Amino acid sequence: MNVNRLSALVKVNLKRIVREPASLFMVILFPVMLTLFFGMAYGGVGGGGQATYQVGVVNLASSPQGPWTQAFLGNLTSTRILDAHFYESNATAQADLRQGKLSAVLVIPESFERGASSYNLNPGDPSSWRTSTVQLYLDSGSMFALQAVGPVVQQALASSVYVSAVQPAALPVQLGSASLVTVAKFSTFDYMVPGLFAFSAIFLTMMVAQSFTLDREKGLLRRMSTTPVKASEFMASHAISNMLLALIQVGLVFVLASAVGYHAQGGLASLAFAFLLVGVFAASCVGFGLITATVAKSSGAATGIAFAFIMPQMFLGTFVSTGVSGAMATVGRFVPSYYVTDALTSLFLRGAPPTGASALTDLGIVSAISAAILIAGVLLYQKFGNS
Amino acid sequence: MSDAIVIENLEKHFGDVKAVDGLDLKVPEGQLFGLLGPNGSGKTTTIKILCGVLKPTSGRAFVGGYEVGRSDGRVKELIGVCPQEDAIYSTLTGRENVELFGKLHSMPSDELRRKADLYLEKMGLADDSRRKAGKYSGGMKKRISIIMAIIHDPDIAFLDEPTAAMDPQSKNVVWDFIRELKAKGKTVVLTTHHMEEAEELCDVVGIIDHGRLIAMGTPKELREAFHEKDLEGVFIQLTGRRIREGA
Repeated sequence: MNVNRLSALVKVNLKRIVREPASLFMVILFPVMLTLFFGMAYGGVGGGGQATYQVGVVNLASSPQGPWTQAFLGNLTSTRILDAHFYESNATAQADLRQGKLSAVLVIPESFERGASSYNLNPGDPSSWRTSTVQLYLDSGSMFALQAVGPVVQQALASSVYVSAVQPAALPVQLGSASLVTVAKFSTFDYMVPGLFAFSAIFLTMMVAQSFTLDREKGLLRRMSTTPVKASEFMASHAISNMLLALIQVGLVFVLASAVGYHAQGGLASLAFAFLLVGVFAASCVGFGLITATVAKSSGAATGIAFAFIMPQMFLGTFVSTGVSGAMATVGRFVPSYYVTDALTSLFLRGAPPTGASALTDLGIVSAISAAILIAGVLLYQKFGNS
Repeated sequence: MSDAIVIENLEKHFGDVKAVDGLDLKVPEGQLFGLLGPNGSGKTTTIKILCGVLKPTSGRAFVGGYEVGRSDGRVKELIGVCPQEDAIYSTLTGRENVELFGKLHSMPSDELRRKADLYLEKMGLADDSRRKAGKYSGGMKKRISIIMAIIHDPDIAFLDEPTAAMDPQSKNVVWDFIRELKAKGKTVVLTTHHMEEAEELCDVVGIIDHGRLIAMGTPKELREAFHEKDLEGVFIQLTGRRIREGA
C-alpha cells in the first residue's frame, strides 16, 4: 500500500465533505445541533439539571394534619425529585394524570394515621398492626416516571413509618445499618449522551453511500481505476477518512455536551476509549455505506436505502432505544451501535474503568462486527457495485 | 520503432451485443492515432479495455509491451486517460484535481507544482485554477480533465472525445496541447466525431464500426482510396447516413 497515495486520497475525501454543505451538515453540524438542543432541553442549561416529576397527592387521611401524614408528605417533598400538587378528590387528580399534567397520583388512605401509629406502638407485634394501603397511579407513557417515582415514594414511606427510634425486634437474623452511598444526580441528558456518540456516527453510512454512488455516476471511480491506485488503497482511504470524521464527532459531542451540563464519569482514559470505540464503529458505517452503494442505482436512491441500515442502529442501539420491547431489545443485540452505547454508558454514567471486562467485551464485539461488515461491504461493492 | 499498442482479435460482448468484434490493431510508438466511428461503434469500449477498466471477452491487448489484464499495474503507470465524461471532483479546485492525479502517480511535489503551473497556463486555466471545478464551464472542465490525464507525463495518452462541445477557442488550445504531446514523442489515441480534428491532428486514422476495424490509413490515404475530398466523406461512405444511438 502506497502511503503517499493513501494520504492524498484521505485528504481529498475530507476536503470534499467539508466543502459540500449537505455533507458538512450531516457529519458536523447535525451532531452539534443535536447535542446542543438535547442538552438545552434535558440537561443542566438554565438550572434544570435534575429531572423532577409532577405528582398529585390526594390526602384522604382521617387526620390530614396528623404527625405520620405530615412526616410522610415532608419526606416526599424533601427529595426534590417529586413536585407535589395537592388535590381534594381522587377523580380530579386522575383527570389531570390522564391529561399528562401529572406523572403520578398518590392517594393517602383514611386509615393511614392508624396504620402508622399501630406499627410504632408495637413494632414487634404484627398482630396488633392495622393494615393501610397507599395507592400509587403512574403514567404508563412515561418510561422515566415509571422507573423513578415508585422507589422514591417507597423510600419516603419507609423513612416516615419506620422511624429510627424504633427498637428492632429481636430476631436471629438482623438487618444491619444501611450504608449510605452517594449517588451522582444525573439529568435525563446524562443518560442520553452515551447514545449520542453512536447516533452521530451512524449517518456516516449515508455519506459513504452517496459518495460512492455519486462518484460512480460521474465516472470518477472508473477514472480512478485507470491510475495506479489499488482498490485496497481506495477503500482504505474511505475507511480512514470516515474514522477520522467519527473521531471529530466524538470530540465535538463530548465538548458541547459538557458545555451544556453533561456530567461524564471517568477520566481521560474513558474518553480515549470512547474515541477508539467510535472510530472502530465508523468502519461498520463504511461497510454499510458500501453495501448501500452496491444496491443503489443512483445517489438519490442511496440516501433512501441507507436508512434501512441507519434506522435499526438508531432505534435499537442509541439513546432512542430506551424502553423498547423485549423482542426488539433482543434484536438490538445484533446492531453494533448497541455495544457502543452500552460501553459508553458503563464508562460515562457508571464510571466503569475502560479496562473492565464489560467495556473490553463491548470493544471486542464492535471490532468483530465492524470488520465483518466492512469486509462484506468491500467484497460486495467490488463484485457487484463498481460497474 | 516498436508498437505502443497491440490488439489481437479482441472481442467484448455485453449479453448478445458484440461491442468489439474481432478487432486487430497496432499503434506504433509516438503515433497520434485517431479512432473514429459512429455512436456505439465500439471506440470507447476498446479504450476502456486498453485502460484495464473493462475485461475483454476474448483476445489480447498489449500496452507498452505489457498485456492488459495480466500486468495492469505496469500498464496504469504508462498511461493517462481523459474519459468522455467530465470525471472531475466538483468540490475540489481545478489545481487540486490536477495535483491529486499527480500524487496518485507518485510525482514529486516540486515537479508536480511546476508542471501543474505550466499546463494550467497553457490550457488557459491559470487564473481559474483556485476556483471549484464544479463552477467551471463545460470547456474548462474538459481542459482540466485533459491536464489530469497527462500531468504525470505518460508515454501513452487516451483522449476520448477531448474537444466535444468545445468552442473554437478552447478547441484550438486543446489541439495545440495535443500537438505538443506528439512533438514530445508520446503515443496518443484520440477518439473524435469531428472529422476535421482527425484530419488536422492524426497521423493515422482507424474507422471502426460494429466493433470491427473497417478502414485504416493516413487521412490522405483514406481520401484517395475512397475518392472523397475530405475524411467526412470517407466516414459517411463507410458507415452510412443512418443515425446511430448508443454509447
